[in-house]
Amino acid sequence: MSKNYGVSERGYYGQFGGAFIPEMLYPNVEELREKYVQIIEEPEFQEELHLLLRDYVGRPTPLYHAKRLSERYNTKIYLKREDLNHTGAHKINNTVGQILMAKRLGKKRIIAETGAGQHGVATATVCALAGLECIVYMGKIDTERQKPNVEKMKLLGATVVPVTSGSQTLKDATNEAIRDWINNPVDTHYIIGSVVGPHPYPDMVARFQAIISEEIRNQLLEKEGRELPDYVVACVGGGSNAAGAFYHFLDEESVKLVAVEAAGLGVDSGHSAATSVLGKTGIIHGSKTLLMQTEDGQITEPYSISAGLDYPGVGPLHAHLAQSGRAQFIAITDADAMEALRELSRLEGIIPAIESSHALAALKEINAGPEDVVVLNLSGRGDKDLNTILTYFEQQDAQQ
Amino acid sequence: MPNNRLTQLFREKTGNLLNVYFTAGYPKLEDTVTILEELEASGADLVEIGMPFSDPLADGPTIQASNMVALDNGMSLKVLLKQLEGVREKVTLPIILMGYLNPVMQYGFERFCEDAARVGVDGLILPDLPFAEYEEEYKPILEKHGLSLIFLITPQTSDTRIRQIDNLTNSFIYMVSSASTTGSQVQTNDAQQAYFSRVRNLGLKNPLLIGFGISDKNSFELACQTAHGAIIGSAFIKALQNAAEVRENVRSFLKSIKSEPTVQA
Repeated sequence: MSKNYGVSERGYYGQFGGAFIPEMLYPNVEELREKYVQIIEEPEFQEELHLLLRDYVGRPTPLYHAKRLSERYNTKIYLKREDLNHTGAHKINNTVGQILMAKRLGKKRIIAETGAGQHGVATATVCALAGLECIVYMGKIDTERQKPNVEKMKLLGATVVPVTSGSQTLKDATNEAIRDWINNPVDTHYIIGSVVGPHPYPDMVARFQAIISEEIRNQLLEKEGRELPDYVVACVGGGSNAAGAFYHFLDEESVKLVAVEAAGLGVDSGHSAATSVLGKTGIIHGSKTLLMQTEDGQITEPYSISAGLDYPGVGPLHAHLAQSGRAQFIAITDADAMEALRELSRLEGIIPAIESSHALAALKEINAGPEDVVVLNLSGRGDKDLNTILTYFEQQDAQQ
Repeated sequence: MPNNRLTQLFREKTGNLLNVYFTAGYPKLEDTVTILEELEASGADLVEIGMPFSDPLADGPTIQASNMVALDNGMSLKVLLKQLEGVREKVTLPIILMGYLNPVMQYGFERFCEDAARVGVDGLILPDLPFAEYEEEYKPILEKHGLSLIFLITPQTSDTRIRQIDNLTNSFIYMVSSASTTGSQVQTNDAQQAYFSRVRNLGLKNPLLIGFGISDKNSFELACQTAHGAIIGSAFIKALQNAAEVRENVRSFLKSIKSEPTVQA
């Protein structure tokens, strides 16, 4: 647990965080707040969690020295291969943890929100594993954009509810999941997919994702004879993979933390998801954080080619890291991310998710030297994005 | 402790209080004051004006939809407070503004309280403002401007917490009838009756108004048997969708609630 960047008793990171929730949610959130640390720290819980992470998820994920990529950027780059996890991304680290939590709390019914469907699939997967009912809320527009993931969730036995309120995307799916929780206050656990939402969610999800940086330290010691890299680079939508990759480095001031947001068509284009630049302090989904909104305080719809990065807010930990200057925030456009996606595919034979490609595109911005060690969290694989990738490059070729 | 129209109302009237919620800027941008006037003329005791928000996460489909329409119509806190200038020359019933914290934060909490009090608002309901934060940061501001803050309780709220809320409140307690978002169909059942009598037996200093699922004469009167009054929201929003002129819609809905009692109180 970080001394300087950890969560306070009341759920704050600096001035961000808290639990700004209506009374209808209070008993649910309070029950979790009272019990989560104690449950996570139980030896039996840890044992069950680690067994599942090893034998079911496939951890530890490799820390791979990407030689050709390193040559290209004239530095030493390691990729943390979260793309090799079961279900194809880091999301499952959190859902495995939370499903064990839900069982300890005696819950019978699981709800979740999803944007691109990765968190929905990871939740449906662990619900199948635990034999619990699973309802996933997904914006209607997203159900149409991400049909394969909808079919996967159904195959896994989950019910997918298309959300038609508001802008019919991730933020509205989250609203709808919260409304479900209000209506089912006793038997239901809400598995939030990122380090967002009311306290204790940002901290709980960060703890489950912290396995990423725990492994990085061990693996780096083995490979480099030192636990601390010079840079850790990760993409940020809500911010769960970055929270996990940064977690055990937060107090190590020599480690430069680089958070990469989606600039969409450009930070000032009006079609962007660069929350740390465009956001102002406000309340979204029960958390005080930076969020994109109108002057009147209405939450706006962000844009990114990556469905996993177009959340109008950012987790309160990241808002604090941005404001305190502990992390450097870089915004990467669709075009640069797609170029980086193609580059990694051809240099290393790894097709990354479009989300993770934003982190890759930031390599040219950080000016790491030949003696530096850079760890880049490759949060997910690109299989799910194949249609988007093909369409993007076809359109690009047609324009040239 | 504020001495405003709310506290006065609860001194003067102790039962069958009818509190009506509507969304500012719905169905039309300029309907706000018209609806207020007609509600008072038709016998509402107090009103809650909803401040529309893009992400009203405690609300069901009816109020969500009215929020979207109102925002599309151009409603905002600035517009609403402008519309309410001079409203105290037209109506005397207590006015509460109800909405989510984010738009109020962006307006500036203190400036908002100042402007609201100036046009004659008596209280606020901000369901996502937690009371720990309220006590620490916001209470002095509300008190300075003579505004009451109304808190919600639900069937899951513990006795201890209800007493804390009772101590912090000086107008009324908003008693959410069941675990739900607004506008749900609520079945009267044993669990609900147990909740009502549990709260009644706490001997709270503040009056109780029951809200969520109160939709017609019958449910209003049933609620009034348990509490000092009740709040109608979604059902009134639906009534505003009728084809008639807005005043007529308000009149006929209130008539349907306030006609001679059918249930013995």
